[in-house]
Amino acid sequence: MNTPANLKYTKSDEWFDSASGAMGITDYAQSQLSDIVFVEILVEVGDTLEAGKAIASVESVKASAEIYASASGKVTAVNSGLSDKPETLNSDPFGAGWMVKVEGGKAADTMDAAAYEKYCAERTH
Amino acid sequence: MTYIPHSPKERDAMLATIGVKSLEDLFKDIPAKHRFPNLDLPPALTEMEAAAELAELAESNENVHGDLISFLGAGAYNHYIPAVINHIISRGEFYTAYTPYQPEISQGTLQAAFEYQSLISALTGMDVSNASHYDGATAAAEAVNMAYAQFRGKRKKVVISPTVHPQYRAVIRTYTQGMSVEVAGDNAEANLESGPEALASLVDENTMLVIVQYPDFFGRVYDYAALIESAHSKGALVCVVANPTALGLFKTPGAMGADIVVGEGQPLGIPMWFGGPWLGFFTTKKAFVHKMAGRLVGETVDSRGQRAYVLTLTSREQHIKRERATSNICTNQGLLALASAVYMSVLGKNGMKQVAELCYHKAHYAAEQLSKIEGYGMCFPEPFFHEFVLCCPKPASEVNAHLLEHGILGGYDLGQDYPALKNHLLIAVTEMNSREDIDTLVDALSEVDHE
Repeated sequence: MNTPANLKYTKSDEWFDSASGAMGITDYAQSQLSDIVFVEILVEVGDTLEAGKAIASVESVKASAEIYASASGKVTAVNSGLSDKPETLNSDPFGAGWMVKVEGGKAADTMDAAAYEKYCAERTH
Repeated sequence: MTYIPHSPKERDAMLATIGVKSLEDLFKDIPAKHRFPNLDLPPALTEMEAAAELAELAESNENVHGDLISFLGAGAYNHYIPAVINHIISRGEFYTAYTPYQPEISQGTLQAAFEYQSLISALTGMDVSNASHYDGATAAAEAVNMAYAQFRGKRKKVVISPTVHPQYRAVIRTYTQGMSVEVAGDNAEANLESGPEALASLVDENTMLVIVQYPDFFGRVYDYAALIESAHSKGALVCVVANPTALGLFKTPGAMGADIVVGEGQPLGIPMWFGGPWLGFFTTKKAFVHKMAGRLVGETVDSRGQRAYVLTLTSREQHIKRERATSNICTNQGLLALASAVYMSVLGKNGMKQVAELCYHKAHYAAEQLSKIEGYGMCFPEPFFHEFVLCCPKPASEVNAHLLEHGILGGYDLGQDYPALKNHLLIAVTEMNSREDIDTLVDALSEVDHE
């Protein structure tokens, strides 16, 4: 499982990149969901995000999940290409699979990579 | 003999678990006198006696298979039902109302649902059909749910034509109460003579859905392409409530650009019964499939490379998406969907067209003959399919009472829903009405005039 060291992580398996302001779902999350077939981003450019509020809805072949904002801030970009290629979330969750970018983003209740890896390991047993 | 499977020991264990001493305590909130009320029933009958009594009660019904000549439609249509339909749906492999909950072991059921979806999609000219809803009215209400979900509740207005079936409009209002949805366009003052263009002016940036009927409740056939284009320019979706028999003959709503096409499947080989159970069909464009409610069967290939059927895109459904699903109404119309699939496949494309042509020509013959009677006339000049509005010289209820004396079930009394149309009958003619039937109607009405 991939857990980039430069990112912050939430307990609900989202990541936040404080350098670029991007957020999305983790490698662990995509592997738990399995093949993702539908993504709907629920926020628009200009919206003000509150950490912990839903930003997207994702459906896989076996599950449906709400994705929550890993940071607060003002939305500057939305990855609208995901709706046509939802499988990007499986193949590249930390790169092309970014969902929303914010400016002035402040992460809330997040862990560093080491803590998140430990958190995931606990749940897989 | 009792059929209660629990032993006294098991019952005691259950009572102990929930902290109740005895079974009696469980019902203590119900006053004792209401627990076993004394029912004043006549002495029990034997099965033979009961059957005779029920048969006698049933005798007082007058049916349209010999008792009465029917010209009543208004959403329920008297069509011929090929005998093969009942034979196929009565087979043990098929004889259940439900799409199974462990579906993939029932490949035959899934294949039947897949074929139903394929036939309905072809008939409506749409990309995808779900495995059915309860009836036409609830399917129309589900279209509102879908549009609401598509705009995530940000658009709140539904523009609905006053000539969508009055009961469908009532069901839509029932479904949307509490959703802060505004339903516009079909108020009592709405102009019934203006075409679909009049609705376009009501569509704005807050409009999620426009609903029209095809043919409309008065039987009129309009091309909705211009209205649909205009609604799309405001970002709204358009739902067409369609009569499936008419689709055998006319341009499909899909070809007009409709986003959702729903309707009542009863004309497709399902008896009129007493208003149900019937079948709601629901189709949409591929782009909206994730917001569509209901079950959806797809075709795939199994691990041995053989063709197989699966429930597909299930994660949009209520049992996975829970409160975030578009709708939490499921359906148990599987058997009726199968009946309609058998109907469509037995008739085929040409048979469907033939039925529609028979309806069309007979209805036009009836309209022509009825218009010749003094005091009667066609209410609207627009093209129509198998139903039309007849202006009468007196209240429709009186005309119908007279017709019933002649063994004729008259038309639908439009004054019930449209106060301005008190003297108007909605007359339906199908392939089941012979020329003699129509002439009998004309003779009976000519007589009214001379009374």
